[in-house]
Amino acid sequence: MGKNKKNSRRKFLDNGLKLGLITAIGGIGISKLTSKLNAKTSSSSNDKMELMTTDGTLIQVDSSEVMEVEHDTNHDKKYNIREGMPNRKFVMVIDLAKCKNALKCQSACNKHHYITGDNAWMKVYKMQESKDSAPYWMPTTCMHCDKPACVTVCPVDATFKRKDGLVLIDNERCIGCRFCMAACPYSTRVFNWGEPGQEITLNMDMTDHTPSPEHGGMPSLKGTVDKCDFCPHQVQNNELPHCVTACPNGVFYFGDKYEDTVTNGDETVRLSQLLEDKAGYRLMESLGTEPSVYYLPPTNRLVDFEDGLEFYKEFESVEKPEQS
Amino acid sequence: MKNFKTLVKDLAPKKFGKFDIIWTCFLVLIIIIGIVAYIDQLIKGQEVTNMRDYALWGIYISNFVFFVATSFVGSVTVAILRLTNNEWRTPLVRIAEIISVAAIVMAGITIMIDMARPDRLLNLFIHARLQSPITWDVFIIPTYILISLLLLYFPLIPDFAILKKYFKKKDPKLSKWYGKLSLNWTGSIAQKAIQTKSIRIIAIMIIPVGLLLQTIDAWLFSTTYRIGWDSTNFAPYFISGALVAGIGALVSVIYVVRKHKKLEYYITDFHFDKLGKLLVLACLTYLYFNINEYLIPAFTSKKGESIHLDTLFTGAYAPLFWSVTIIGLIFPIIILLFKKGRKPLPMFIVGLVVVVGSWWKRFVIVTPTLLHPFLPIQGVPESWHHYFPSLHEWLITVATLAMALLIITLLVRYLPVIPIQRTADELGLSENKIKNTES
Repeated sequence: MGKNKKNSRRKFLDNGLKLGLITAIGGIGISKLTSKLNAKTSSSSNDKMELMTTDGTLIQVDSSEVMEVEHDTNHDKKYNIREGMPNRKFVMVIDLAKCKNALKCQSACNKHHYITGDNAWMKVYKMQESKDSAPYWMPTTCMHCDKPACVTVCPVDATFKRKDGLVLIDNERCIGCRFCMAACPYSTRVFNWGEPGQEITLNMDMTDHTPSPEHGGMPSLKGTVDKCDFCPHQVQNNELPHCVTACPNGVFYFGDKYEDTVTNGDETVRLSQLLEDKAGYRLMESLGTEPSVYYLPPTNRLVDFEDGLEFYKEFESVEKPEQS
Repeated sequence: MKNFKTLVKDLAPKKFGKFDIIWTCFLVLIIIIGIVAYIDQLIKGQEVTNMRDYALWGIYISNFVFFVATSFVGSVTVAILRLTNNEWRTPLVRIAEIISVAAIVMAGITIMIDMARPDRLLNLFIHARLQSPITWDVFIIPTYILISLLLLYFPLIPDFAILKKYFKKKDPKLSKWYGKLSLNWTGSIAQKAIQTKSIRIIAIMIIPVGLLLQTIDAWLFSTTYRIGWDSTNFAPYFISGALVAGIGALVSVIYVVRKHKKLEYYITDFHFDKLGKLLVLACLTYLYFNINEYLIPAFTSKKGESIHLDTLFTGAYAPLFWSVTIIGLIFPIIILLFKKGRKPLPMFIVGLVVVVGSWWKRFVIVTPTLLHPFLPIQGVPESWHHYFPSLHEWLITVATLAMALLIITLLVRYLPVIPIQRTADELGLSENKIKNTES
């Protein structure tokens, strides 16, 4: 009995399989046939067109075969997001002599990266090395280190270093272990502890935006790390990062190290000359992180340190939108 | 003098009593509460914790480090005492192996609780990068789990065969399970040779793997620039700390098991005395590395270091730091140096204190360092300058501890906590002998 049952089932399966195979082959055959018939009807025009191939010979083609190709206007902007813009190396110079804590950089950055948390990506620190030394204002961005500690410790390659110097984050890959935050000596990284809530607080529709490493915060994802991205979305449009353009005092210079030029929007200067003339330095050089951000010391200051105290808030860096 | 029959009767697992059932239910209840809290954390995100951008790791991580440290007890007591031919280990090894398995399994679970995106766990394999210390952890923890399980299982095989026979009439279902687990053990010379060799290989293997596990755990911290973590001393510091935590846990569990299962005949004052000496050795070694860790930076007192050390020595974390150091380390050393201090009851109290001290010690290692970054903490809410775990964090963490205790409880329920076969061999008893005297 049992054996019989098994046999009949096997037979059924066998037949079914054969039937299926025949149907499949038949289907393919029919579709091929119809496509051939269709082709015949459409290629009945006898207009010929002369075209030149890439190696310079003239050929004749039936005009019905010619299709218009959409011209690629984005041609030189196409590159691998993980490799970066070819032949570029972005740097920033921050002139501490000019900074008076106007905080326009911070609010512009917060606005354009849709920051909803309590910790801004850009900070302006109130610094004083020792009791006898002069206090000064120090804006910080991500240092985009050439030897980034955060990238070294990331277990999944979610944060990565590009050839154009940028250190970016793939928020769709980040597992939220926060090791990069522990590794970064500049405390530049910010975590989305809860739902970023950009839709609610900023009244934004984020549904159409897929996160891109090139525009941090657009949108932010819960349980992943964010930080200053050096605004590659601006650079692509030949514009300067938001903090650079927002600064009323021309503190930030942005540019390309290979071109040896940086600009703050008003003046464009030689990077090497600027660093030499004003004794540029980098933060925590001794750690060997090789930052891409240079600082010019706060000497011959054009502004009073005290002027900045008016805007200084020890416990706030992201202004909350007024409840309406 | 015991004979084989009474020996098996003494050491065979016994059914849960009333107290055991209450205890187990209590643990299960805590675990359920923890799971509910964790689900809430999954839904809302880690904003339910008190971790923020500065205190970016909290008790999930220090609890993980504690579990990893405790799991070291398996390598030490079993492997090292075995290789050094310390016969007194026999009645203690099984419990050590059980603690080891429970702790390392829980370590693996705890580290996942800290991950903000556990849904992307597979990224650790798909996009694994070898240079990240977390990837090293991903390799070493499963390896250690596997070796610990084998080290627990292999010596159990002859005992399973004995239990299969013992439970044949009393509990056929249980007997069947023991039978399956015993892998048709007959005790033949060939089987014994394979078993001895296998155990020897595992015992040798677990030492480097155990050392690596503790080392990688230390490297999670010392591969960063952070003041208080950036220390070449960290790996041996963690290894010696793991010895303390592990042996402390072993002493505590052994005392409870011995009392509860009335094993005073097998686990005697002599064993506690030996364990006490081992624990004091561990504590002294740990003290030595502590002195290295805190005194040298205090001597050179670089600016960052002295700010960090000030908060530990006299600042916000001073009460915790000194409790952990004096009550959790120096008092145990003093007590254990006296013979009277190595009696079971004082040992039990010392063991508990050492375990609690070890747990908080990890908190002192993880948290204060994060609150002293290189650049000042500015532009964030005042509450971000401090860290104390939230209710969610406590509920989840206590649940992980309860889960470890539940694993230990269940293993103690179903496994012979003292190796039967080996004890019989050492006492010169065997089944055949009984038959001989009977016939």
